[in-house]
Amino acid sequence: MSKDWPLWEVFVRTRGGLDHRHAGSVHAPDAELALRHARDTYTRRMEGVSLWVVKSSDIIASDPAQAGELFAPAETKIYRHPTFYDLPDAVKHM
Amino acid sequence: MYTTELDKNAARQTPPLSMENPDLLAAFEARVANDEFIEPKDWMPEAYRRTLTRQISQHAHSEIVGMLPEGNWLTRAPSLKRKAILLAKVQDEGGHGLYLYCAAETLGTSREEMIDALHSGRAKYSTIFNYPTLNWADIGAIGWLVDGAAIMNQVPLQRTSYGPYARAMIRICKEESFHQRQGYDLLLQMMKGTDAQKAMVQDAMNRWWWPSLMMFGPPDDNSPNSAQSIRWRIKRETNDELRQKFVDATVPQAELLGITVPDPDLKWNEARGHYDFGEINWDEFYAAVRGEGPVAKERMKARRAAWDEGAWVREAADAYEAKQAARRTSAAA
Repeated sequence: MSKDWPLWEVFVRTRGGLDHRHAGSVHAPDAELALRHARDTYTRRMEGVSLWVVKSSDIIASDPAQAGELFAPAETKIYRHPTFYDLPDAVKHM
Repeated sequence: MYTTELDKNAARQTPPLSMENPDLLAAFEARVANDEFIEPKDWMPEAYRRTLTRQISQHAHSEIVGMLPEGNWLTRAPSLKRKAILLAKVQDEGGHGLYLYCAAETLGTSREEMIDALHSGRAKYSTIFNYPTLNWADIGAIGWLVDGAAIMNQVPLQRTSYGPYARAMIRICKEESFHQRQGYDLLLQMMKGTDAQKAMVQDAMNRWWWPSLMMFGPPDDNSPNSAQSIRWRIKRETNDELRQKFVDATVPQAELLGITVPDPDLKWNEARGHYDFGEINWDEFYAAVRGEGPVAKERMKARRAAWDEGAWVREAADAYEAKQAARRTSAAA
């Protein structure tokens, strides 16, 4: 048995002007091969114009079990949304 | 088929739900029942983790082994066009295997362990790939019937409860449609050919029809793990429901091709609004699951040879990275 190569997360920009989005992951010994594997694995049908690869071990993720506490502060701040403000009908477009 | 439990010992290996923390289990069951997605870092019962690891890795293995019966025809494709199409399809199957291995790895089993399980014969893969591809029409029949059955099975899996699996399935389903259409197109072309070519299409149909129906797995009353998998939204439809859908969709396509379905009991049932079809030979299915399919040994031998013969490429890549790393270190010093 051989040892697995490190895992890299792959992000693809589908066209100019859009964000890179997570597409999946690949194993590769180094960044250059990770890019090549990412191209062969995730862009066989012109799905992208740009690729990012990031070592999976370098990603810091929030804890899903703590999601309630983490996102709670935003929950009660409904005044951050435009629909909170009830304006007179005379104000047509705002 | 990919989503069918092929490992008879699976139930024995899985810890019972009664050993789980009841509060966490109840919260999990509620989330799944509410059609929420479960993600890698979320709590999940061990039985869910193991069932999914088995199902996704079996599916991945099937994609990888599935390259072999088609790869067999790459050098003999009758035209450059067909060769390019087949090459693209085989490459897709490899890609599908990779998406799925990645999804399975998020459940905590390494790629290395999964590959080793396949090569040592511990892991199962779809029984369909243990049948030989004898004539060129078989390549068409695989696309039309085998990938057609796979699509039937995989479309509902785009909404399976485990997020990474569902996302891999969305990507796969987009690509499978090409596989099925190129296969049917290939057969349509052959049916415009000589009598000998038409006979090859019928011959392929005769050999692939029943194994394709078996891809959906044992009948529901003999599929003990189905109920749990459906409750956890790992599976969304039962084996028999999917099989019926496949028969209903495929019979008119066979008629359009101008070939017959090798089943004397096949007929439209007006009252049910479905085709009735004959009894499936389950002894043959279980023999294929046990690895007694016509070319099972050959497949595993080819798979292991591909892995071993590629070792020098992996070693060279490792050596290159080690050298680059050493250079970075000395440059920094």
